[in-house]
Amino acid sequence: MTRKQLITKGFIKDNPTFVLILGMCPTLATTTSAINGLSMGLATLFVLVLSNMAISAIAPVVPDKVHIPVYIVVIATFVTLLQLLMQAFTPGIYATLGLFIPLIVVNCIVLGRAEAFANKNGIIDSACDGLGVGLGFTLSLTVLGIVREILGSGSVFGWKFITGDGMLAFVMAPGAFLCLGYLMVLFNKIASKNKGA
Amino acid sequence: MEILLIIVSAIFVNNIVLAQFLGICPYLGVSNKLSTATGMSAAVCFVITLATAVTYLLNKYLLLPFGLEFLQTIAFILVIAALVQMVEIVLKKISPSLYQALGIFLPLITTNCAVLGVAINVVTKEFTFGLPSHMLGFGEAVLYAFATSLGYGLAMVLFAGLREHLALNDVPKAFRGVPIALITVGILAMAFMGFSGIA
Amino acid sequence: MAVVSNFKNMVICLFTTCFICAVLLAGVYALTKAPIDRTNEKLLKESIGAVLPQGGELSEAKTLSVGGQPSEYYESTENGEVKAYAVKSTVVGFGGPLVLMVGITDDGKVYNTSVLSHSETPGLGAKCNTDEHFMAQWKGLDPASKILKVKKDQGDIDAITASTITSRAYTLAVQNAVDAVKGLMK
Repeated sequence: MTRKQLITKGFIKDNPTFVLILGMCPTLATTTSAINGLSMGLATLFVLVLSNMAISAIAPVVPDKVHIPVYIVVIATFVTLLQLLMQAFTPGIYATLGLFIPLIVVNCIVLGRAEAFANKNGIIDSACDGLGVGLGFTLSLTVLGIVREILGSGSVFGWKFITGDGMLAFVMAPGAFLCLGYLMVLFNKIASKNKGA
Repeated sequence: MEILLIIVSAIFVNNIVLAQFLGICPYLGVSNKLSTATGMSAAVCFVITLATAVTYLLNKYLLLPFGLEFLQTIAFILVIAALVQMVEIVLKKISPSLYQALGIFLPLITTNCAVLGVAINVVTKEFTFGLPSHMLGFGEAVLYAFATSLGYGLAMVLFAGLREHLALNDVPKAFRGVPIALITVGILAMAFMGFSGIA
Repeated sequence: MAVVSNFKNMVICLFTTCFICAVLLAGVYALTKAPIDRTNEKLLKESIGAVLPQGGELSEAKTLSVGGQPSEYYESTENGEVKAYAVKSTVVGFGGPLVLMVGITDDGKVYNTSVLSHSETPGLGAKCNTDEHFMAQWKGLDPASKILKVKKDQGDIDAITASTITSRAYTLAVQNAVDAVKGLMK
């Protein structure tokens, strides 16, 4: 795969949310609005790129039996780094995303890319891979955030186009599951149509 | 009274899966059959309670006194990973039958965000439970963790029951698999919303 | 590719990784500590500034009992005289703790209120932070001439639609702050 393919594959073909169905917890929990979804996606992207690069650099010297704990420590380090930076410079977003920032550590996408790609490829390729998957994740979180914000609060990126309230259920837990479910249906439908054509 | 509130709040009102969105991956992954769902729930229950107890003490007596809160995430995930391994080894030795039942689920639990989520929550958030808001004491924290994991089990078993029936139905092609599962969970979550505000 | 594991290299590898990571984080922590503290202080100053009249000089945090719990408060002084108090007041809302900053001037009136943190239902109770009508009624409210209870409880406060419990909690938090400051001014 060329580097360009590595970066673009996450959008549709290997989309982490709609195709690989990974990292569901932050996807559902933080997409109450478009901006929250976007921030969560970017936070994950940051960790993905850095941890992919670091892991591809150290993979050749890590003994096989301890590679998982070592990878987890590396990922946790970058997550903590991100936590500290966000607390210092974007406290508002940090407060909204809350628990789900430290939980990037256990996001299966990050460890998954380390295991499946970074530990057997070069640093630059791994960075591209992290970037691609991260962008795909950001894209799907933003889309889900936009849909939920339109339905739930009647606004897009905070810009309100109706007076009064939206359908509150979509900002709350059930709406997250329903929206993601129906978006997946739509995604499948389009994907199967394209395959047929 | 407070104990009752903790239990009701953790199981129903703030159900970990349906209201807090933690532990969704294994929730969708192993809820196809009732028997595996029960096994996974039992394993999660065991690990969440134990991990919360250990990380609570670690945080209180090691990280806080030395001003090392910034190592919380790393320390907690390492403790959880080590704990899961240890539980696996110990179970294998003392109760092979229980190991047979839970064994295959244990390695999956390290990356179950419910475990880390609860561990971080109890040491960083203030809770009320009918009292003025306060940080949880050790006993409360462990009870809360245990009740939360029961809530996980409840959501898991309910959902597995639904999915077993769902498997027999003719679902439109685009809905098959995860989409229909998510929509089902959405409706289940709506039912659980009825509990909000009780505690 | 991957190195064959033996006890020695496993221990060394794990130890080195943890050590490097801990050192790296300690460094970043030391670097970000000052900006984090500054940000937190700025946020606190802003929340206090929003509920107090302009121009006073702010004291350090002091402690008093608000609604039976020890809580922080700040004094705003002008020419050595205390002109207003900003009191942090915590109550139990609908979804969890509801923390307010309540500004009270030396004539006992509420100057303004702001929400520091809450876990109310989005779109319902969470409106205590955004609903203009609800928020406006606290500005310049005189506790001596109004009953600090929601209308449902025969008081004078308009509750947020469909969020009586949150409105009640909010009102109680203001009442607690007013009572606490009354004790201070005696």
